Amino acid sequence: MSLDLVVNVVIAGLLTGLVYGLMALGLSVIFGVVRVVNFAHGEMMTIAMYAATVLFAALKLDPFLALVPVAAAFFVFGYAMQAGLINPFITRPEHSQFMLLVAVAIIMVNALLMIFGPDARNVQVDYQLESFEIGRILIDKARLYSALVAIAAAAALFAFFKFTLTGKAIRACADNYLGAKVVGLNVKKYYSLTFGLGSACVAVAGCAMVLLVDVTPPLGPYYTLLAFVIVIVGGLGSMTGALLGGVLIGVSEALAGLFIAPSAKSMFSFGLLILVLLLRPQGLLGKKQ
Amino acid sequence: MSRAGIGLAALTTLLVAFPAFAGPYALSVATLILYFAYTGQAWNVMMGFAGQLSLGHSLYVGVGAYAAGALFFHYGIGPWVGLWLAMALCVAFGLVIGFLAFRFGISGVYFALLTIAFAEFTRIGFDHLDWLGGPGGMFLRVAQRDVWDLANFRGPPLMYYYAMLFLTVAAFLLCFFLLRSKAGYYWQAIRENEEAAQALGINTFRWKMAAVALSAAMTSVSGVFFAFYYNNLFPEQIFHISRSIEIILGPVIGGVGTLFGPILGAAVLTLLSDGITDLLAALGWEIPGIKQVFYGIVLLAVVMFLPHGIWPAVSRRLGFHK
Amino acid sequence: MTLLEVKGVSKSFRGLQAVREASFEVPQGSINGLIGPNGAGKTTIFNMVAGVFAPDSGQILFNGKPIQGFRPDQVCAAGIGRTFQLVKPFAGLSVLDNVIVGALHKERTVAAARVHASSILKKLNLDAKAHLPASSLTLPDRKRLEVARALATRPRLLLLDEVMAGLRPTECDQMVQVFRDLNRTEGLTILLIEHVMRAVMALARHIGVLHHGEVIARGTPEEIVRHPAVLECYLGEETEV
Repeated sequence: MSLDLVVNVVIAGLLTGLVYGLMALGLSVIFGVVRVVNFAHGEMMTIAMYAATVLFAALKLDPFLALVPVAAAFFVFGYAMQAGLINPFITRPEHSQFMLLVAVAIIMVNALLMIFGPDARNVQVDYQLESFEIGRILIDKARLYSALVAIAAAAALFAFFKFTLTGKAIRACADNYLGAKVVGLNVKKYYSLTFGLGSACVAVAGCAMVLLVDVTPPLGPYYTLLAFVIVIVGGLGSMTGALLGGVLIGVSEALAGLFIAPSAKSMFSFGLLILVLLLRPQGLLGKKQ
Repeated sequence: MSRAGIGLAALTTLLVAFPAFAGPYALSVATLILYFAYTGQAWNVMMGFAGQLSLGHSLYVGVGAYAAGALFFHYGIGPWVGLWLAMALCVAFGLVIGFLAFRFGISGVYFALLTIAFAEFTRIGFDHLDWLGGPGGMFLRVAQRDVWDLANFRGPPLMYYYAMLFLTVAAFLLCFFLLRSKAGYYWQAIRENEEAAQALGINTFRWKMAAVALSAAMTSVSGVFFAFYYNNLFPEQIFHISRSIEIILGPVIGGVGTLFGPILGAAVLTLLSDGITDLLAALGWEIPGIKQVFYGIVLLAVVMFLPHGIWPAVSRRLGFHK
Repeated sequence: MTLLEVKGVSKSFRGLQAVREASFEVPQGSINGLIGPNGAGKTTIFNMVAGVFAPDSGQILFNGKPIQGFRPDQVCAAGIGRTFQLVKPFAGLSVLDNVIVGALHKERTVAAARVHASSILKKLNLDAKAHLPASSLTLPDRKRLEVARALATRPRLLLLDEVMAGLRPTECDQMVQVFRDLNRTEGLTILLIEHVMRAVMALARHIGVLHHGEVIARGTPEEIVRHPAVLECYLGEETEV
């Protein structure tokens, strides 16, 4: 086992981890603001991946270009889902909302199975097999581009929340539901907006991911759990935590795959989730509640 | 006897007599319904009684199945001994999860996630245990399917039907008496408001652990049944999160926390889904995944419009008190 | 004899000193009040006695035995019952079942618990509503239910956390009567935290006044009303009586 191999694997894990991070960022934003446990998050990611494959097959559209229409469509879908499905049930007990999204997740995964079948699909672009060489380090082009897109999307989201009026309003709703209502904010509308934004994040992450991984329906539940692991490890409600958690998971999965066995990768993630839930439930960067 | 009691007696009589006028397919469907009714009832003890949402119950089915299955496969030891090992292991797992969760104050959605993580962890772990067959699975030898051999739990489908019926009725009675006992009152108090329960002298940690242990033990029996009914065990299949979700569908649709909910929910779900699959097959549409989409839609509809499940509405119509 | 003794108890939360060296005694068979402006530390002391959290320092003795740091269920086992400021009924259960949960603390069987619970409901005038769901009760009735439930555990000391809050004067008077009767007929010792002066003055024989986490006065209602430190903390300095 050469050092070069380990370094390459770590870098690959880091880049993939950034895409994971973007996916988890969407979840963190949704949970942090709307307080809804989006159990269909991974399924939405998978749908985005399939959308990218369809657009590629039909229009030869590079996923990095496809992400614009897909993200827009997901924004609308997320907005509609929150407005139509979740907002009306906001006063219901927590596990009721959870079940709602479990149901949506089941429908999504199996609809995908019905439409696309169980076989793997992917996207084949020219630069997927090329890499950059920096000394003895090899960096996959596709992986690097995906990571850059993830960073750009995350930065855009950060900027939105920090600098725009709408972003601040959303943060207000998250901090203090009643207070926000009292000052006249249409909280439900902002919830819908937030779900839309979180969905758009997932869409971008999906389009980026499809260059790195083949897509099958079972990826849905797998990514949902992964997103939760990342968000909990990184800290609920912390955007930087989501990215950091993503990178952590990406790297540890890559190393676990190298040193233990590829199939044991996710076992490590679940073990980490259990540990974090027990020892530091607020995650690495989250606030203690 | 109350209306509910009469209804119950009638139903039980019907179920006992059912095989007399049911064909083999109907019998297998009925067995499946009872399986989900029983397992749903076992899950209901943790959720409906103690208020802890477990989305990783497939863990107990799997561990129970593999425990009894391994004893039979490697040592030829029959299911009645395997049952004890299965129960002991499942209770141990349950207590560990419960201890970790309750000591560290994990509840609600976090608890659900914890249970999922444990089930997934175990699923992948079992894939790597070659002694248990690994991903290729474990296959139990079936000696015969004609004569009732209760000692080895081998026989015709009729035997399995009655075994499952017995378990379902037993579980129902157990929960019925538990609900009316001190345990039942304490569990409901904890479910309704844990803080208030503590102020009334209830050691909520201990009682929650008891609920988890009981639920795990009951579910382990499902696992043992599963092993000797289907006779092939795959980690990917038995520990999968879809199994956990199937387990909760019955109680959620029928009515969490009620006695009849899991049974009614399991019946409604299985009959409707089989009906739809048959209908679609007749129309020439045999698409994998369509049954699960149906499950999802039913679950969605119930959660949205009948949040307490079907049973409370039905029981009111039928004039029962509870 | 002293039933409850709070000795030099202190508690701070993240640097904010909520209670500082507070001491007072609750004699057996008496009705005692703990009053003070908002933020004085009454609820903090209450919670420490009830076992919600432990004091940073000091002792809490019940019947001579230390109970500081006990869990809430252990506090109940020691003989202390409590109500909550924001009532916490078991909403999905009936009124009677709510009290049965309390009664099961001491009764051996559910049947015996039911008998005991029914008698308590009668005492608190809730027996007509025994089979109604707890969620359907009005606020005053919910408060009674809360008291009934705590009483069912057969406590020697009953802690009441702002039980009069939200009640109209007539309802308040009714509650006062209930507690007076319980104290008189059963010798139940009561410690109540209150803002509603009407109730405190009518019920309590001994009152402790808290301000900024310290006990600034102890005595009978008549003494407290004239106490300069009390007047200062409630009304400000330079007040003429």
